[in-house]
Amino acid sequence: MSSTGNFRDAATIDAAIIAMADRVRVKFAERGIKSPLMIGIHTGGVWIAERLHALLGLPDPLGQLDISFYRDDFTRIGLHPQVRPSHLPVAVDDRHICLVDDVLQSGRTIRAALNVLFDYGRPASVLLAILADRDGRELPINPDVVGLAVRLGPDDQIKLTGPDPLVLVHGRVPHERRRGGGEEAAGEGEGGDGVPTPTRD
Amino acid sequence: MVGTNGINPQLDAQGNLRHFLSIDGLDRPLLTEILDRAEGFLGVAQQAVKKVPLCRGKIVANLFFENSTRTRTTFELAAKRLSADVLNLNIGTSATAKGETLLDTLRNLEAMHVDMFVVRHADSGAAHFIAEHAAPHVSIINAGDGRHAHPTQGMLDMFTIRRHKGGFEGLRVAIVGDVLLSRVARSQIAALNTLGAGEVRIVAPSTLIPTRAEEALGVRVFHDLREGLRDADVIILLRLQRERMDGGFLPSEHEYFYLFGLTEKRLSGAKPDVIVMHPGPINRGVEMDSKVADGPHSVILEQVSNGLAVRMAVMSMCMGAQGLAASSAPGADV
Repeated sequence: MSSTGNFRDAATIDAAIIAMADRVRVKFAERGIKSPLMIGIHTGGVWIAERLHALLGLPDPLGQLDISFYRDDFTRIGLHPQVRPSHLPVAVDDRHICLVDDVLQSGRTIRAALNVLFDYGRPASVLLAILADRDGRELPINPDVVGLAVRLGPDDQIKLTGPDPLVLVHGRVPHERRRGGGEEAAGEGEGGDGVPTPTRD
Repeated sequence: MVGTNGINPQLDAQGNLRHFLSIDGLDRPLLTEILDRAEGFLGVAQQAVKKVPLCRGKIVANLFFENSTRTRTTFELAAKRLSADVLNLNIGTSATAKGETLLDTLRNLEAMHVDMFVVRHADSGAAHFIAEHAAPHVSIINAGDGRHAHPTQGMLDMFTIRRHKGGFEGLRVAIVGDVLLSRVARSQIAALNTLGAGEVRIVAPSTLIPTRAEEALGVRVFHDLREGLRDADVIILLRLQRERMDGGFLPSEHEYFYLFGLTEKRLSGAKPDVIVMHPGPINRGVEMDSKVADGPHSVILEQVSNGLAVRMAVMSMCMGAQGLAASSAPGADV
């Protein structure tokens, strides 16, 4: 049964992000890494990465990845309705990357994100930070840092709305493909993880 | 432009772009979608590996019955950046027996499981003809047909304008030169009017303007360059199609430059932030002075880079629609 409404409220999310920042700091300290490069995956991942980036006071600007061109379902559902340009202001070669996303389910989004990243260069290492780690993994991908560990039924979907406040809500996966135009802001495409991509605003 | 079922032949039943043959019959949301998608593809040029895997395993055949270097190269590069495999077939100008020969060529390529044909042909309507006869899983992109249309060029010009001006509302766009023989101009005018440009002007000697252009194309006609450029936001120069002119159109190129060539002095009558565009290749000293071509208002080279992003957008949209058709095929009507 998919319900609607809040799954985790803003206060819970904010606290989870603060805890994530601490864990990321510890992880990098353990590995002796001083200045990691933080990269968020559009769109929810970027919102979380913005908060983490501020909390950790990282010197390099935040990177943003769009994985639409690397999804594995193009031949089945066509091009993702909304594509935002990837923006990596700093070269990734030989850098230690902190990759951030909102919900980890199948692992397909992260698989695609790693491919995008390696088309920009050869990072020294990649650490994965996820706000909500849930069941439903289809690929051998696991997070290094988790804000919330959640268990949901196979038909239950959650998605992050934001950027302010950040709230995890119940949602359904729209299967029909929208024709673009006129209602851009209204549509939410199926995320690479089977999670609807949050809409902006 | 209307297919037998009353639907635009470029669109599938859900309104997705299946072929890209002409701007005519496409609405503003769809043209805007092409521009928005192209925006996403611009970033691919910033990657160390300038490729995305969207069309991996697809085969694109460039079917050029008419010579072209720039257009064929950008289509080839666009397809390669989408990770498609590309076949370049230079059929040249000698294909006299179009009908059967054209279809035979098509059938042979279909047998090689080509997914998309990029077609350039000297005859207006050639791309439509191929689209009508192509197998249902194949997409056709028109890369210029006779005097009819060159829709990807039209859209890359719209993309360039939008990147500089933010939008089309209230824009005065002056298209200068050989409108009569220009498929580029026809696609530009259709796109500008669909996207809601304020005023589309064509500026040329009367021998290079189609009859009843004002009503037929929805433009204002000027025969004086200075008047035509006044307060223009965008100036698009067209190449004099010397290869298509068999006398009678112009006394001489020298006189054309004297009356219609764009110089810095003439440019000063336009808006201070005017942009100057040209689909290329430029005839320096005919359509424009070198100082203007290489000057601060010129965005001509940017048009070439933008052409890649726009072609990637159109190709991936058509390829994506093929997938949708295939996945809904079992329940769909044949």
